[in-house]
Amino acid sequence: MLVDDFDPLKGKMLQILDKDGNVDKELEPRIDDKRLLEAYRTMVLTRVADEKSVRLQRQGRLGAYPPSKGQEASQVGPAMALGDGDWLVWAFRELGALLLRGAPLWRTMLYWMGNEEGSRYGEGINIAPSAVPVGSQIPHAVGISFASKYRNEKGVTLCFFGDGGSSEGDFHEGLNFAGVMKTPTVFICQNNQWAISLPREMQTASKTIAQKAVAYGFPGILVDGNDVLALFSATKEAVERARRGEGPTLIESFTYRLSDHTTSDDATRYRTDQELKYWIERDPITRFRIYLARKGLWDDAKEKALLEELGQFVEEEVKRAENFSPPSIDDVFNYTYASMPEDLKSQLEFHRHDLDGKGE
Amino acid sequence: MSIMNMVQAINLALDEEMARDQSVVLLGEDVGLDGGVFRVSDGLFKKYGRGRVIDTPLAESGIIGVSIGMAMNGLRPVAEIQFMGFIYPAFNQIVSHAARMRNRSRGRLTVPMVIRAPYGAGVKALEHHSESTEALFCQTPGLKVVVPSTPLEAKGLLAAAIRDPDPVIFLEPARSYRLFKEEVPEGEYLLPLSKVRLVKQGKDLTLIGWGAMLPAIQKAAEAAEKDGVSCEILDLRTLSPLDWTGVISSVKRTGRAVIVQEAPKTCGLSAEIAARLSEEILLSLKAPVERVTAPDIVLPLPKGEDYYYVNSARIQKAIKRAMSF
Repeated sequence: MLVDDFDPLKGKMLQILDKDGNVDKELEPRIDDKRLLEAYRTMVLTRVADEKSVRLQRQGRLGAYPPSKGQEASQVGPAMALGDGDWLVWAFRELGALLLRGAPLWRTMLYWMGNEEGSRYGEGINIAPSAVPVGSQIPHAVGISFASKYRNEKGVTLCFFGDGGSSEGDFHEGLNFAGVMKTPTVFICQNNQWAISLPREMQTASKTIAQKAVAYGFPGILVDGNDVLALFSATKEAVERARRGEGPTLIESFTYRLSDHTTSDDATRYRTDQELKYWIERDPITRFRIYLARKGLWDDAKEKALLEELGQFVEEEVKRAENFSPPSIDDVFNYTYASMPEDLKSQLEFHRHDLDGKGE
Repeated sequence: MSIMNMVQAINLALDEEMARDQSVVLLGEDVGLDGGVFRVSDGLFKKYGRGRVIDTPLAESGIIGVSIGMAMNGLRPVAEIQFMGFIYPAFNQIVSHAARMRNRSRGRLTVPMVIRAPYGAGVKALEHHSESTEALFCQTPGLKVVVPSTPLEAKGLLAAAIRDPDPVIFLEPARSYRLFKEEVPEGEYLLPLSKVRLVKQGKDLTLIGWGAMLPAIQKAAEAAEKDGVSCEILDLRTLSPLDWTGVISSVKRTGRAVIVQEAPKTCGLSAEIAARLSEEILLSLKAPVERVTAPDIVLPLPKGEDYYYVNSARIQKAIKRAMSF
């Protein structure tokens, strides 16, 4: 078991692909070529869509946006380990995981453009909406996975949060409940080293976040967060444990946010160029591309074609999101309750007229 | 039909809803083996097992956050917060998530859950065990806030709350738990979460209250009748969304209103009722709307509690002020 071999308390971190794309043959997971290429495509799509979203924000076409740049493996790797019927619970910087699990890109953009319809991912896609209050989604994941277990289904819930989220009370309460109730939950902490301006070592005096699992009575593992194969392998093991009824696992994905916290942030105020350079050399997409090329699955021509295809695809998705009708006044009232209370109906009519027809 | 107090009536509603619907689960601190600190869930652990009557770690935000997740994935959790004064650690989960999940997901994910909590003073308890802070939740769109006033009401309202598709804060007046008994039917008995209860008809003045205030209101009304004042009594039952038609039509008819609220005065539900009455039926009012509330002070410990707690004599004075305006 990886969780036994890579004990965070012994200073171990799971890495399968090193920064130069060299693979550890003993640990290399068996993944069929189609899935490897799907994962790579999703990581590149995440990067392209992410950069586009930042540009759209600068042009005033998209609201405040939390970039994923540098964390593509950290998002896609864990999601690769999920199967049909499994749930994804996320915070707000997990675009790659959403895309791999079937959320349409244009819907995710629509959300950041400021429309709740962006969280309507589609029938049968078990993805919770974004949870903006930090860490508050963690107990939800525990409840969702409890419900799967209660009905004797085999579903597992994957729950993302960040290093900042690990300081919140809901992290403690959620993981504590999961341990006690032995729920089929896999917790992924994307430790990207910075919670806006607060560095990881000021977030917790704990040497790793992974080791916090020990206190909750289940395994924790520290994983190279820019290594998609390591993240897949660690999550797959955790998902299988959960499906067997053996309870939760905490995975710390040791990664780095190459961009700002959000488009409203300026990371140059609190971190150095030197640090950035160190992490650019550890880009998760580059090392995965080298791995695929060495397997004979990738080359420059394919890369060029993919970038062209994705560039065009992203433009189409942006168009689709931008062409989506803004909500009507009825839409913003309709989903408050299952059926609209009488008083809210009169407030809607009053408001419609009070807005001088703008609400018509 | 049997005679029972409010604790027994709530227990009966929980039992019947659990028997009817496998997706109903109970969770909270000491709700299982111990049957709850007020014995509300007594016997249910034995009947339905630890998988459905779940003793949780001592963590309110966790209880509510986990319940939200359960509800998002098809269960109907009934979570108990041991006292309303301990609900605040879960406030973020209630306000930021339970109330908003339907809107945020455009109806894709919903939170059909009930949060039960005993509330209110008049039982001489420790600090933090006596507050009545329902207004915090009434200001949150997406939540329903329900307060029963009698055993029969508690049964019908709780069963309806458990079946409701939206999150319901169900506040149980601790003072009324064992105050009196009445006949409560066994089997299906549902009350709407959208209508005030007309406790008593009258023509001179409308007394408006909810939960633990009803006995004091009824006593004041009886005293007023002796002075020849005919009081109508409304029990609000569901504080949010409120049955404004029921409230306004009554006061329009009587022309006078006395609103009785256990909570401090400022920004309580009584303030909203007074404002609505002035918006809707100002010219039908024969006297200013009277409010009988606690003062805006920290709830005193038991030795000082009588300064705080609304009693029947204060309500009678308010009735006299309204009648002599």
